[in-house]
Amino acid sequence: MNPTVDALREKFGAAIQRADVVWGETTVVVERTRVAEIVRWLHDDPGQSYVYLSDVTAVENRDVEQPLEVVWHLRSLAFRRFLRLKALLPKGTPLEVPSVFPIFKSADWMERECFDMFGVKFVGHPDLRRLLMWEGYKEGFPLRKDIPLLGRFSRAEQLRQALAANPEARYSKEELSIADAFEDLPQDMRARLRSGEKTGE
Amino acid sequence: MATIKRTVEVELSTTGLDAQGRPQRVPLAVAEDGSTVTVAAPPAIEPEREGVHMLINIGPQLPATHGVLRLVLELDGETVVRCIPHIGYLHCGFEKIGEYRQYNQIIPWTDREDYLNSIGNNVAFVLGAERLFGIETTERCTVLRVIAMELSRIISHLVWLGTTCIDIGAYTPFLWLFQERENVYALLERWVGARLTTTATRVGGMAADLPNGWTEQLQTFITLFPKTLDEVDRVLTKNGIWVGRTIGLGAMTAEEALNYGLSGPMLRASGVAYDVRKDFPYLDYETYDFEVPVGTNGDVYDRYLVRFEELRQSVRILEQALRRLPDGPVNIDDHRVILPPKSKATSEMESMIHHFKQVMEGPRPPIGESYVAVESPKGEKGYYMVSDGTSKPVRWRIRPPSFVNLSAIPRMVEGHLLSDVIAINASIDIVMGEIDR
Repeated sequence: MNPTVDALREKFGAAIQRADVVWGETTVVVERTRVAEIVRWLHDDPGQSYVYLSDVTAVENRDVEQPLEVVWHLRSLAFRRFLRLKALLPKGTPLEVPSVFPIFKSADWMERECFDMFGVKFVGHPDLRRLLMWEGYKEGFPLRKDIPLLGRFSRAEQLRQALAANPEARYSKEELSIADAFEDLPQDMRARLRSGEKTGE
Repeated sequence: MATIKRTVEVELSTTGLDAQGRPQRVPLAVAEDGSTVTVAAPPAIEPEREGVHMLINIGPQLPATHGVLRLVLELDGETVVRCIPHIGYLHCGFEKIGEYRQYNQIIPWTDREDYLNSIGNNVAFVLGAERLFGIETTERCTVLRVIAMELSRIISHLVWLGTTCIDIGAYTPFLWLFQERENVYALLERWVGARLTTTATRVGGMAADLPNGWTEQLQTFITLFPKTLDEVDRVLTKNGIWVGRTIGLGAMTAEEALNYGLSGPMLRASGVAYDVRKDFPYLDYETYDFEVPVGTNGDVYDRYLVRFEELRQSVRILEQALRRLPDGPVNIDDHRVILPPKSKATSEMESMIHHFKQVMEGPRPPIGESYVAVESPKGEKGYYMVSDGTSKPVRWRIRPPSFVNLSAIPRMVEGHLLSDVIAINASIDIVMGEIDR
């Protein structure tokens, strides 16, 4: 087992719920509200120095009663250690975990993707919006088990939505904060963006 | 933006041959005092346009974005103030599809994500699946996989260098490099029957053993290939235009690069010697003798130098792998995991049952999870798989290196000129198939 586990237990006590080793990889299940704090300590402590965030993702079990798991893969390059952190989000509670973006810039797109695919809200992420799917996507969160492989909507409905979307309206509001460029846009697009719409729906 | 002070001895256009028969080199532009090359400052922005920012859209259909990447740039004159990348135009839901496929059926999908490194992805995926199944492959298989990974690294770096040359304005190296890439594809085609979408591995082994005479063909390639590299080195590394268009661009310090999660040549160019092959070895890479090239400035030029040296190191690894390639079986001797040979399946009852069970139900790993990362040409490529004991994974996650590398592009291009955005974007070595999945 990764020696970091003992150090974590000593430092955070009850926030470390479980630790086990599967196929040589150590998994630590932590209290979900304290993830950012724990990752911060792992990053900053010279005895741990987990300076590289490999991955942020989530896992939903086929058994829908099981909690959704958010998974962080961390690497300590100095000590050549690999650690998997997990936080369990029980069904029926809001899917929220603290963002590790203030610690790792690399978490930016990984958290956005995780939000896009699973609907997990990373509290503290400055720009949490869809990444791979478009912002007007209405079917939900694609990697959740309640979405069938071919999508929730019928093929005809998917086609109708695709045809109804305005391909010109692909700028996000953030991009249009530049006043000059905003005035250059077509009249109807300006009106829609003023009314608070983010991108083309 | 930090200014980078470094001297590269630049060799420029030729006027003829010297006494040794080598092309003579003269500098393209020499200042009055004869030593330094000064470039005139760009004219000031027209006063009435000063302070007015322009929004410009690059892509997603521009070939220079290497795929369907869209960048929205806010420009002050010609300087990038802000860059907002948009991805997802190639999103096909590979991870979702993987949850509905058996492990061996996922392998074809791994070809199609990072399609320049398809055989490397095949190997990486089965390494993850084998950890989940808890099986050890044969010695011959391990060495064959090393050969596969290094060949695909060579392909990927050749394509990167060739296309980046075109982006920056050099056409000749592209032709030379693609000729060599063709040779590697010829090797792969003889081995597994396909060039781009190889699907070369199976959980527990390989789809095919090497054909007769293949190792000699590979030996010929690794003898001739370094000569092409030397030629490209000679026209590129000290070329004034190449150096001028790459040096000091998109520089990242070591701490920044780590914090932004860069990996592979992008991270090593910034001076961090993190190579999964050395730090978290797989496929017995720790027993091979090779160097991990490391840059200092983390700019486009250093990324070029790092990748170029990696090509030479890959040749070294290939040489060693060829020397140690043992005889023996390629696949493990456990027909609950790997298909029995066709001849046995049609003649022996037990093999036929195994064959039937495998095709209809697929091998089942125990409950568990594994994250296996390999050093792909782009960086740390990870496959995270979770099994609930059925023949299909609950979750199959790709950790795409160029996805994370690309997420740092707003930081890399800010403060640079519009034309340099293309060079910086090219230096990341993105493959949109891998980013969007």
